Amino acid sequence: MRRLFLIAVPYLWLLALFLVPFAIVLRISFSDIALAIPPYTPTLDTSEGVWAGIRDLVSQFDFENYEFLTGDDLYWKAYLSSLQIAALSTFFTLLVGFPIAYGMARAPQEWRATLMMLIILPFWTSFLIRVYAWIGILGTEGYLNQLLLSLGLIDAALTILNTQIAVYIGIVYTYLPFMVLPIYAALERMDESLLEAAEDLGCSRTSAFWLVTVPLAKNGVIAGCFLVFIPALGEFVIPSLLGGSDTLMIGKVLWEEFFSNRDWPVASTVAVILLLILIIPIILFQRNEQRLREEEDA
Amino acid sequence: MASSADKVFAPWEDAYEQPLIRFKNVTKRFGDFTAIDDITLDIYTREFFALLGPSGCGKTTLMRMLAGFEKPTTGSTTLDNKDLANVPANRRPVNMMFQSYALFPHLSVYDNIAFGLKRSKMPKGEIPDRVEEMLRLTRLQKFAKRKPHQISGGQRQRVALARSLAKAPKLLLLDEPLGALDKKLRQDTQFELMDIQEKTGTTFVIVTHDQEEAMTVASRVAVMDAGVIVQVATPGAIYETPNSVYVADFIGDVNLMPGYAKISGSRAVITWAEGQPPIYSKTDLTAGTKCTFAIRPEKVSISEEEPGEDVNKVQGKVLDIAYLGNLSTYHVELPDGKVIKAQVANERRIANRRFTWEDPVWLSWTDTAGVVLTK
Ligand SMILES: Nc1ncnc2c1ncn2[C@@H]1O[C@H](COP(=O)(O)OP(=O)(O)OP(=O)(O)O)[C@@H](O)[C@H]1O
Ligand SMILES: [Mg+2]
Repeated sequence: MRRLFLIAVPYLWLLALFLVPFAIVLRISFSDIALAIPPYTPTLDTSEGVWAGIRDLVSQFDFENYEFLTGDDLYWKAYLSSLQIAALSTFFTLLVGFPIAYGMARAPQEWRATLMMLIILPFWTSFLIRVYAWIGILGTEGYLNQLLLSLGLIDAALTILNTQIAVYIGIVYTYLPFMVLPIYAALERMDESLLEAAEDLGCSRTSAFWLVTVPLAKNGVIAGCFLVFIPALGEFVIPSLLGGSDTLMIGKVLWEEFFSNRDWPVASTVAVILLLILIIPIILFQRNEQRLREEEDA
Repeated sequence: MASSADKVFAPWEDAYEQPLIRFKNVTKRFGDFTAIDDITLDIYTREFFALLGPSGCGKTTLMRMLAGFEKPTTGSTTLDNKDLANVPANRRPVNMMFQSYALFPHLSVYDNIAFGLKRSKMPKGEIPDRVEEMLRLTRLQKFAKRKPHQISGGQRQRVALARSLAKAPKLLLLDEPLGALDKKLRQDTQFELMDIQEKTGTTFVIVTHDQEEAMTVASRVAVMDAGVIVQVATPGAIYETPNSVYVADFIGDVNLMPGYAKISGSRAVITWAEGQPPIYSKTDLTAGTKCTFAIRPEKVSISEEEPGEDVNKVQGKVLDIAYLGNLSTYHVELPDGKVIKAQVANERRIANRRFTWEDPVWLSWTDTAGVVLTK
């Protein structure tokens, strides 16, 4: 009984917080827009009994919204551009995050806790405020331009805000800890005598890094990339605040469909497809985690 | 005497022989802790040099200086008369087997062994043969494809050994290479090591906690204590003529009898216990001094009747008997409470042994059986 309960809890959790909302979104995606509350038809009518109501409801479902999405190239472009932005910013986050994680793992033991704190510290203030702060830094009159101008490195202010560059900066900044922490965990576990063994067997420092450190950090790198890529793909706040009008991301499209156009069915369809796209990397991520666990158990 | 053809291997006695490794006044400090304290030591080509000493005395540190992972704080090390100070680890013709094994967890057993070969000048085609040879030697053929976490502790140790042997280096450093192996496999591997050494002429420096192992394989043994080398000598000399109480006590079983020596001719007359006759022992001492008489239990004879001819004899009663199968050690208590151990071969079955608990017995030894130690 107790065991059953323990097993049931996470499943109930999953059911309540993921599957039910998803079912609702899925259901709306099969509906049509309407000027009503809620703003779609059909709605469930249980006057002739629950089963009859549901049967009646399902019979009115259609794939019109999905057809609409394939027809309008705005959506495909938004998906593709989101994929591109998410992939590129994951790559940039890796470029920045790996050296940080490496430095942390190589730092003296007594420093590591402090460095870890510094990485996590930004999470203690609101994400929105931190993104707003970047507007102040990146704007034409912003701190960055002021600094560069006063140093004489540039003659005219750079336009960074409201371009894709600002989006990349925002994503790399926001998701950096998700990249650093798993890589750090992998590197910290690594036995330093492995590098000595590699050198003893004839490796230079550089080749020991590529032949030993990198393969051992691989699982951390994979985990970090997924942790950045998956949320970045659906990111909405950063492109809206920093990206301006020329940044097309599916998260922004979704938001506009829901709140500007009040077209819940199309917005739901966009969300369902986004989820379908994300399922592939999520499954791959789970596989990687599972393999890691198995290796550790052995 | 041995004919000149099979001359005994003893390059350290030959004044013209150049040592392969030379430590000259080497000191190594970690912060204000001195791990190696002013060591001067020569190790010769084709030696099988064993380092013995208690945990933390600096054995691994000494090895790491040879491998190139630690720099001496002061003093110099040379290999083949070349100063090692500025030669990085990957340029030294030295391989080390790590005490912690340091196997690459992401590589299979095969790739671990091949790792060093792939970084060497060995032609690609010859690598598989060499790896196979190492796998055969360490009896790991069946495990070639496994990862280090999929094999047992003893197997891991053998992979580490195979990996360090693969490149056939000029100098091989083995830090407790056989500790995790069972006795049978350990003996086999010891003979394999000696065989490899015969064939390749590699010089071995080996750390071991197993005295029997040091005695079996080593050309010379160095006994260390707290960063200092107390004695370097052949296994026989270390055992028979230790230079100090520390060495005598560290290697094997020993009876230690502290006392005071007076010199009479070439013999010391040692007063060591009230009511006991003095001990007579041959010695090089020239003046009377405080000393410790040390004698191995197997050099003490035990008998029911008073022995006639032996110089030294004491009477006591059997306090305890330790049965070791082929040998028995009798702990004999003297009237004043001191205990002396005597070891005899078990020629008869256990039920028929001559002495048992509480039996009065005589212990005796000649004047050349023990040593007089002043350190
Ligand atoms: N990097 C280091 N920093 C500080 N102290 C060290 C360092 N390496 C070794 N030591 C100290 O030097 C001493 C000698 O260490 P070493 O590893 O050489 O001992 P060992 O003789 O190999 O011992 P064991 O038989 O337990 O392996 C020890 O007291 C150890 O604590
Ligand atoms: Mg050690």
